[in-house]
Amino acid sequence: MLAYTLKRTVVAFLILVVVSALTFSLSHLSADPALTIGGEQASDEDIEAIRKLYGFDRPVYEQYFSWLGRALAGDFGESYHYKQPVVEMISERIGRTMLLGTLAILFALIVSIPLGTLAAMRPNSLLDRFALLIAVFGQALPTFWFALMMIIVLGVWWRWLPISGHDQWLNYVMPTIALGYYATPALMRLTRAGMIEVLGSDYIRTARAKGLPPFVVLFKHALRNAIIPVVALAAVWFGFMLGGSIVIETIFNLKGIGWLSYDALLRSDLPVVQAIVLIFASFYVVLTLAADLLNAYLDPRISVR
Amino acid sequence: MTDTTTSSPLGLRTQQTAEEILEPSPFSKLRKRIFKNYSFLFGAVVLIFIIAMALLAPVFEALGWIHDPYDQELARRLQNPFWHEKKVDEAHLLGTDKVGRDYLSRLIYGSQISLLIGFSTMLISGFIGTVLGVTAGYFGGRVDMVVNFIINTRLAMPVFLVAMAAVVAFGASLTVVILVLGLFLWDRFAVVMRSITQQARDLDYVKAARALGCSTPHIIVREIFPNVLSSLTVVATVEMANAILLEAALSFLGFGVQAPTPSWGLMLNEGREYMFFSAWMLALPGACLFMLVLAINMFGDGLRDVTLERER
Amino acid sequence: MSDMASDDVILDVEKLKIDIPVSAGILHPVRGISFSVSRGETLAIVGESGCGKSLTSLSLMGLLPKTARRTADRLNFLGEDIRDFSERQMSSLRGVNMSMIFQEPMTSLNPAYTIGNQLEEVYRRHVSRNRAEARDRAVFLLEKVGITSARNRLKQYPHQLSGGLRQRVMIAMALMCGPDLIIADEPTTALDVTIQAQILHLLAELQDEFRMGMILITHDLGIVARVADKVQVMYAGSTVEEGPSEVVFGRPLHPYTRGLLRCIPIPGKTERGAKLGSVPGIVPNLVGDLSGCMFRNRCAFARAECAGLSEARALGDGHVYSCVMEPDEAAAADWEDVA
Repeated sequence: MLAYTLKRTVVAFLILVVVSALTFSLSHLSADPALTIGGEQASDEDIEAIRKLYGFDRPVYEQYFSWLGRALAGDFGESYHYKQPVVEMISERIGRTMLLGTLAILFALIVSIPLGTLAAMRPNSLLDRFALLIAVFGQALPTFWFALMMIIVLGVWWRWLPISGHDQWLNYVMPTIALGYYATPALMRLTRAGMIEVLGSDYIRTARAKGLPPFVVLFKHALRNAIIPVVALAAVWFGFMLGGSIVIETIFNLKGIGWLSYDALLRSDLPVVQAIVLIFASFYVVLTLAADLLNAYLDPRISVR
Repeated sequence: MTDTTTSSPLGLRTQQTAEEILEPSPFSKLRKRIFKNYSFLFGAVVLIFIIAMALLAPVFEALGWIHDPYDQELARRLQNPFWHEKKVDEAHLLGTDKVGRDYLSRLIYGSQISLLIGFSTMLISGFIGTVLGVTAGYFGGRVDMVVNFIINTRLAMPVFLVAMAAVVAFGASLTVVILVLGLFLWDRFAVVMRSITQQARDLDYVKAARALGCSTPHIIVREIFPNVLSSLTVVATVEMANAILLEAALSFLGFGVQAPTPSWGLMLNEGREYMFFSAWMLALPGACLFMLVLAINMFGDGLRDVTLERER
Repeated sequence: MSDMASDDVILDVEKLKIDIPVSAGILHPVRGISFSVSRGETLAIVGESGCGKSLTSLSLMGLLPKTARRTADRLNFLGEDIRDFSERQMSSLRGVNMSMIFQEPMTSLNPAYTIGNQLEEVYRRHVSRNRAEARDRAVFLLEKVGITSARNRLKQYPHQLSGGLRQRVMIAMALMCGPDLIIADEPTTALDVTIQAQILHLLAELQDEFRMGMILITHDLGIVARVADKVQVMYAGSTVEEGPSEVVFGRPLHPYTRGLLRCIPIPGKTERGAKLGSVPGIVPNLVGDLSGCMFRNRCAFARAECAGLSEARALGDGHVYSCVMEPDEAAAADWEDVA
């Protein structure tokens, strides 16, 4: 177990290095950072001076390694535009993104697990077909369009919910639904498939033969086994939600790091973009590892306790 | 004891009648399956309709049935669609946008953009993913490890963010979007092709071919490929839908196709300013996206259902 | 031995039928079988795969699939008519008055919970919620079924036990609430031959000790000879021969029973080097209207009257068989002569 985790950690670190290197090279192909820092009023000499000061005249790989070195020490530089330490800017906003992501995945689970379970109890029934229809529709619905439609209906016409900002908890309702529903089809299908398989298994027959009440059979015996892959998938989707929050945060003006990355890209604010890409990649890596560990923990057959 | 039995979850065994054992021809079975599968039919019909729209749009324009989507008539900007009470212009059934371009024709031409992006991206990413996946699956060992690392690295990347950064770096245009998406969306292809190749590699007929001395590329092309076509088409439809949605999102944020190209995502961006008064400017392009993606998904699901049974 | 006093009769079944609608019509896997089980008595239901014996046991417990229809002229359990019992009523009988042991010990236990948990939950559901009491009972029964260091075993997971051990756990689980009737559906089929003997021996002992009735379902005649008091031979959904086991084995009358017995070597009777027999043909389709003897398409002694067979023949000592042949003719009908 320990050796496995260690190996995964090393690979994860390598992945992060490659991802950040790629992003770094990419960003340096776009706008001239010296211009961004100098601003529109800067003269040519100022820009040259900035270039020398920041080391932009050095080759790209050298710049990357010095960035990497400082990053490992926790210094992600300063925003070109806001002149604020990147770490500070991110820590101000990351909480909102984490909150949104967490709420979104919880929403997805609250909808998909009961729906998938009910569908599995009566396969091919009306409810089952309805659930599968919802899944198909959900997968085709573009998130940002859904968000816009919700804003129009719930925010403008009916005025039930606020359409912008992040101060009240109500601000999070629409973004949560807009972000979360997209995971629902996959999770629901997996729950349904898992439950159908589990409900047909011998140990469920044994449980019924013991005279246990139906809800005990369903929840204690069936769901406990069927849910294992679902939880693992949910961990991966959580990662997608954290990374996919950019559009939602922008639409709802919810200023988390998704919104920040959009803002930074508009301003060619490379250090910020670089740091956020790294963060998103780390989320994914950590969450997939967590998914595997969850799998091993929940299924007594996999690991040796 | 030979008996043709099937069993259900509780161990109940039923028997097939003689009629069920004697099967009708594979073609009529296939036809039957296609027509019984409503979602496949729906998806196929809608998809064909949209493709037809996209292909025939220039014809309609030449015939004068629809306007030129780039034609700006500033005097007639922000006309309302036909169901509105005031300010309706009969020449423009669905109204006009903020610079006076006809909305209906932009919607119809928008399908060209989406389909173009969907197909091209699917082809590019399909190619990349298949090459990577088959190589990894066939050679195994170190090669497999390297490809796995590449796949994991790609999966760790926040695609949307990096795509935006790429567009900033190389400029926003249809070509850049297609290339960037094509270079990013190959992961599912790679994973699926890898696992299929691994399974196929161990099948008997491949072993026989190798025993006969067939060279490696020959085996890959002639023996493994036909076996794999059905899974490939299913993943292709998924990625196509994915690409269309991603382009729309990118264009919506301004990091995709640029004005005046009639992309549905871009139309959503433009419509956002007017969302309080002209909700239809947001509803219509999004609905088109939804219908197209829905049709592709249903078609893909149906394709899988129809072809899967054939292989039993 | 069986006690003929009527208050010792645990289960009384008459003309049990099971119908299942399928796409080709209605399937009749069980077509009117009757039997009874008393305290301390073991009834063996014998037949090949597909004859309906497993379905019969499931129907007694009320565990048939939803589409199946069960009917019977009489279905009394502990004196009560359970034919129209609701699911809730049946559920209150299962595990406590009637228990079942299944064929596949490897998959019949939930892999996510310890065996202690699974043992105790039956007790706590039906008898008492007291954990300590349930645990003690579990330990007691695990020791009874021959599992050593029982208290430690409670914390183990099913995947940590062998097939034979798991089956013993299943037996213990079936006994947790002291049932009146145990239905064992092919309890030893998935086990090694040596373990088989142990398990059967165990079941017989426990049955005696707890004064339970037992229905043993199997396709293995060797087992039947060892443990059963009564035998019911099933073929294609109906009973072809039944009676006390010494009588049926001593003088088998139905051609199917005789054919089956030829298939197994009987210690003491079968000669060295003699060919083991087989019964050629396959079980007929049980969909739609059926009449007459269902064995006639495989029977070496079939004749025209077989299509009109409707009544069984009773011989007084509890021996009943369904064949057009008179007892003497049937007793002499030898498969080897015809093969």
